[in-house]
Amino acid sequence: MAAEAQYTAVPVSITVNGVQYNATVEPRTLLVYFLREHLNLTGTHVGCDTSQCGACTVHLDGRAVKSCTILAVQANGATVKTIEGLANGEQFHPVQQGFQEKHGLQCGYCTPGMIMTAVHLLETNPNPSDDEIKHALEGNLCRCTGYVNIVESIKWAAQKMGGKNVSR
Amino acid sequence: MFPANFGYVAARSIEEAIQLMAKHGEDGKLLAGGHSLIPAMKLRLTSPKTLIDLGTVPALHGIKLDGNNLVIGALTVHADVASSDLLRKHVPGLSEAAHVIGDVQVRNRGTIGGSCAHADPAADMPVILAALNASFTIQSASGTRAIKADEFFTDFYTTAMKENEVLTEVRIPLPGSGSGTAYAKLPHPASGYVVVSAGALITRQASGACTSARVFVGGLGSGPVRAVATEMELQGKPLTPQLIAAAAAKAAEETDPVEDSYADAEYKRAVAAVYARKAIEAAVGRVNV
Repeated sequence: MAAEAQYTAVPVSITVNGVQYNATVEPRTLLVYFLREHLNLTGTHVGCDTSQCGACTVHLDGRAVKSCTILAVQANGATVKTIEGLANGEQFHPVQQGFQEKHGLQCGYCTPGMIMTAVHLLETNPNPSDDEIKHALEGNLCRCTGYVNIVESIKWAAQKMGGKNVSR
Repeated sequence: MFPANFGYVAARSIEEAIQLMAKHGEDGKLLAGGHSLIPAMKLRLTSPKTLIDLGTVPALHGIKLDGNNLVIGALTVHADVASSDLLRKHVPGLSEAAHVIGDVQVRNRGTIGGSCAHADPAADMPVILAALNASFTIQSASGTRAIKADEFFTDFYTTAMKENEVLTEVRIPLPGSGSGTAYAKLPHPASGYVVVSAGALITRQASGACTSARVFVGGLGSGPVRAVATEMELQGKPLTPQLIAAAAAKAAEETDPVEDSYADAEYKRAVAAVYARKAIEAAVGRVNV
C-alpha cells in the first residue's frame, strides 16, 4: 500500500544548529522560511528568491545549499547549520573573523551566505587558491561589489585555520 | 515567492514511486533535487497538485562500476559526479561537465537524473552523456527498459519517457583503451547556463589515426545535436591539429540554432566550431594508449 500524500500539515524533524525541532509544515514551505519564520533564525537572508544570489546559503548535512530552493519537507531527518550556529559561544569562527579583519562586508546583506559558502569551501579544500575561492563563490552575489575583500577575508581565514577544519 | 499549494509524499522505494505515479496520474510530479522544478513552481510556470519525492529512495543514490558500465543513480548530485575518483579515471569529460554546472550550492543539490528528465536545452549533462553513448534505465510497473541518450531528448523540455516511468540510473559504457573524453562550454556570463558546449569521445590507434569519434554540441537545438560531419571528417585520419580544426569547423553544419538576446544563430554556429575543437583537442590529449 503506497503512502498517502499530505496536503496541509506534514510532520518534519529537522536538527538545526544542534537542536532537534519537530514541527508540521505546509508542503510548499521553503527551508529558508522554516528557518526564519518558524524558528526565528533570521540570520539566513532571502535575496533574489530565485536560487541565484546565495544569500540564503546554509549547510544541509554538511553541504552548502540554497535554502530558498529546498522544501522544508525535503530536509526532514536532516541536519542544518546556519550562520547562527557558526560561532563557538563568544568566539567567532575564523571565517567570521576574516570578514571582520579584512573588511569583507559593506552592507552585510550577502554576508551570511558568503560565510556559509566559504566555510563549506574550507572544510573541503583547506588551502584554496584565489581561483578556487572565486569558483566556490560563483553562487553568491554581492551588490556592494566587495568581492576583492571577500576573497581576502577567506584567505585570511584559511591561513588562520592553518589548513585544519575547525567546524564544530 | 511561494509555489501554489500542493500535496507531498515521500516514496520509500522505486516500486512505491511507480505506484504513487499510477495513483496520482497527471496530477503527480516526481521530485528529485528540485533545482529545476522548485524554481519553476515558485514562478508558477508549473503547479503540480502532488509531488512524489524520490530523494528518500536510497537505491537511487551512488556511483559504481558494473561490469563494463559505469552506473550512476539518478538522484546522485552533480558535486558527487564531479568529485568521483572512479568517474575522473574513466570519463574525465563527465567530471568536468559536472564541475561547471551552476554553482557550488546548485551542484550540491541538483541531480544527474533530474537534469536529464527536465531536458533543458541549455543543460550540460545531456550533451556529455550523448557523447559518451550513455543510456538511461527507465522503470515502470511493466518492467525496465533502456533508452540511449541520443534518442532520449526528443524536444525542448521533453524526453522519450512516458508518464508512468521513472528514470532510475544512467549507464555509461567504459571507453575502451585508446579513448579520451572531454567537455568544453561557453557559459552565459550571468546564468551559467550553456550558450554553446561540446562533448567528445575520441578513440585513437597507436599509429595516431582516429578509429572512432562521437561529438555532440549543446545550445544549438532542443537537445544535444550530433556533429555528424565533424565525426566523419575525423574518422580514420591522423588526429593532427589541422584535421581537428577542419573537422570542428563543421560542427554546426545544417543546424538552425535557437537565437536569444545574448547570442544569435550566426554567433552560435561560429562558437560551436571553437568549442568542438576545444573538446576534441582535450579528448585527444587524454587518450591513454
